[in-house]
Amino acid sequence: MFRTEEMDINMGPQHPSTHGVLRLRLMLDGEEITDVRPVIGYLHRGVEKLAEHRTFPMIEPLTDRLDYVAAISENLGYCGAVEKLMGLQIPPRAQFIRVILAELQRIASHLLWLGTHALDLGAMTVFFYTFRERELILDLFEAFCGARLTYNSMRIGGLLEDVPRGWTDRVRHFISIFPEREHEYEQLLTVNRIFLGRTVGVGILEPGEAVGLGVSGPTLRASGVDYDVRRAQPYSSYEQFEFDVPLGKNGDTYDRYVVRMEEMRQSCRIIRQALDRLPEGEVRAKVPKYIKPPAGEVYHVVESPRGEQGFHIVQTGGEMPYRMRFRSPSFVNLQALPVMCKGRLIADVVAIIGSIDIVLGDVDR
Amino acid sequence: MDPRIIQQIVVPLFQVLLVIVALPLAIAYLQLVERKVLGFMQVRLAPRRVGWHGLLQPIADAVKLLIKEDVVPEKSDRFLFTLAPIVTVVPALVALAVIPLAGAPLTIRGITITPWITDLNVALLYLLAISSLGIYGIILAGWASNSKYSLLGALRSSAQMISYEVPLGFAVIGVMILTGSASMVEIVNRQKAAGLWYFLPQILGFFCYFISAVAETNRVPFDLPEAEAELVAGFHTEYSGMKFAFFFLAEYTNMIVVSSIVTILFFGGWLRPFPNVAALGWLENGWLFLGPLVLGAFLGWLFDQRAGKDLRFMFAGGLLGAAAGFGFAWTDAGGLATLDVPVLSGAFWFGLKLSFFLFMYIWFRGTYPRYRYDQLMRLGWKWLIPLSIVNVVGTALVVTLRG
Repeated sequence: MFRTEEMDINMGPQHPSTHGVLRLRLMLDGEEITDVRPVIGYLHRGVEKLAEHRTFPMIEPLTDRLDYVAAISENLGYCGAVEKLMGLQIPPRAQFIRVILAELQRIASHLLWLGTHALDLGAMTVFFYTFRERELILDLFEAFCGARLTYNSMRIGGLLEDVPRGWTDRVRHFISIFPEREHEYEQLLTVNRIFLGRTVGVGILEPGEAVGLGVSGPTLRASGVDYDVRRAQPYSSYEQFEFDVPLGKNGDTYDRYVVRMEEMRQSCRIIRQALDRLPEGEVRAKVPKYIKPPAGEVYHVVESPRGEQGFHIVQTGGEMPYRMRFRSPSFVNLQALPVMCKGRLIADVVAIIGSIDIVLGDVDR
Repeated sequence: MDPRIIQQIVVPLFQVLLVIVALPLAIAYLQLVERKVLGFMQVRLAPRRVGWHGLLQPIADAVKLLIKEDVVPEKSDRFLFTLAPIVTVVPALVALAVIPLAGAPLTIRGITITPWITDLNVALLYLLAISSLGIYGIILAGWASNSKYSLLGALRSSAQMISYEVPLGFAVIGVMILTGSASMVEIVNRQKAAGLWYFLPQILGFFCYFISAVAETNRVPFDLPEAEAELVAGFHTEYSGMKFAFFFLAEYTNMIVVSSIVTILFFGGWLRPFPNVAALGWLENGWLFLGPLVLGAFLGWLFDQRAGKDLRFMFAGGLLGAAAGFGFAWTDAGGLATLDVPVLSGAFWFGLKLSFFLFMYIWFRGTYPRYRYDQLMRLGWKWLIPLSIVNVVGTALVVTLRG
């Protein structure tokens, strides 16, 4: 007469902490997770197919809408891929400004992650603190290109325009105050016993599994695998900057937190070097009016805040690509979720989703 | 009218009415204070659209909840679904009956109005019993909603509240051993006679009680039952309109009740600091300058918000208020300083201590992440219960050995 059965619970697509329209089917034994099945596709817009019917400059705004939390990294990757296909040489000033933009974007993206991650764990205040600083970065982007979320900030061959007057001083000001602010967040979290209890040892991803699943970015590095595209295959003159690649030891939620916090400091370091050595000159290479890359195939990867962001273009000649394919880090990293969640509690699922830092626009494309 | 009828019927009715009418209003403004304080902690501006600096916001919220559509899920159990909020809110309100606000009764024309509704000789047991009843409301709400999230929330909540009731009860026993009484008024009077607040001899009991109390009221960092990030809103996910408002009312009433109990058991209730040092007798009329101080600081803080300055005006306003109060007391304008109204003085000190503990609640909410279910249970069973038992045994030993 009495029996127990597993509870099949549906988390999402409308749920406060699945960070968008992710749907998870959780099989629960009490509060313990026996299985997690991510159900994706609620935000599928067919960007890859749309790209086949756009000229190359028209595709860039589409890339803004993939990973809308870090649009500049997408712009950089896409422009890099087309430039590689066309064999363009980008002026050094443009390359440096791109690096500054990409690193600011990394900080902004990690700030959003930190705020929402802490919010998922119940710490409300951190969210408002991080958004205070993110606002400063968005103001910088607005001054540069007029947009605050979907920037369309670069052009094939460089940038549309040079940075506005006084902009570099504002960036300098930001990176001078930022470490202090980061210390503020750490005072709320790193030394908080409850936060440690919620993150240490939760959602462990072994290095072998991480590599096997194709996980990349901070999620991979937290498992102790030393791989960063910026250093492994430098693009946009990253080889000229000195920075450390922070690594975790245990691959748990706490390590992913530590790795991202350290990455923000390293980003500041890169920005400072780029500002100090910012060359003078043009910001756009000589590009034909109609962009018609030669026939061929190219694959270009950049290190977005979420991991390895790849762009694969098949070109048969003409104004539009024959086939376009995006390798999005969020999609690949999401595959690690069931591995990390098995045997944990519901509260841990929320912490783990937060710690992989997925963006559904990037997962579903 | 026969004064006896007034004494026996009208006065208690008036007191009960005061609790039922004034309390929701007080809670509405407590919530505004919570939002304002959180806003300050989170570098943002909190509500300020409705009324001056958002002072009418609670009214607007109440009106919204009243006129909102009252949705009852189709597959829910209608009767239990309606019963649950009532079962939750009634024990919370009833608990207030034994909370004394001040020490001495007020006598007007031979009619005594006590600053408590009843002085029960088993008040502490009564409180423990009544607060346990609230769990039924939560379980019923979770079950009747017929939603998985609600059910999980309700199960968590009941497990949590039952676990934390144990250290709560043990922590109170320490005070009962010291005083030999379970009457709230008697406990405070003993503290006056002993000349010290009981949080000093009962420091362990105080910590156990306060932590358990926060857990018992389901507030951060123990707000698992309604952990919005995991369970959407826990047991009250499906509730809306007035039914939701009842849960809300119950939560905040419980906060006030629990904070009052902490104040009475461990912080001398309505007693001023150092209750039997005669040289500090002027503190009896502390409200004369502390009142203006608080008022000045509050007004200054509002200006700070407008000017976007760091708390400059708040300190200035506080100092100005305190100075005005001192001047007032010094010159003895209107003979207020020599006025001896124990009710007023008692209510002032009681309110001040109560506000401090309510502020602690808000402070926790601004600072802490949430515990995980198993961690919460571990904290309760492995730390608080043993500690509170140690406290009971220790207190009993000391009391017995000293005779």
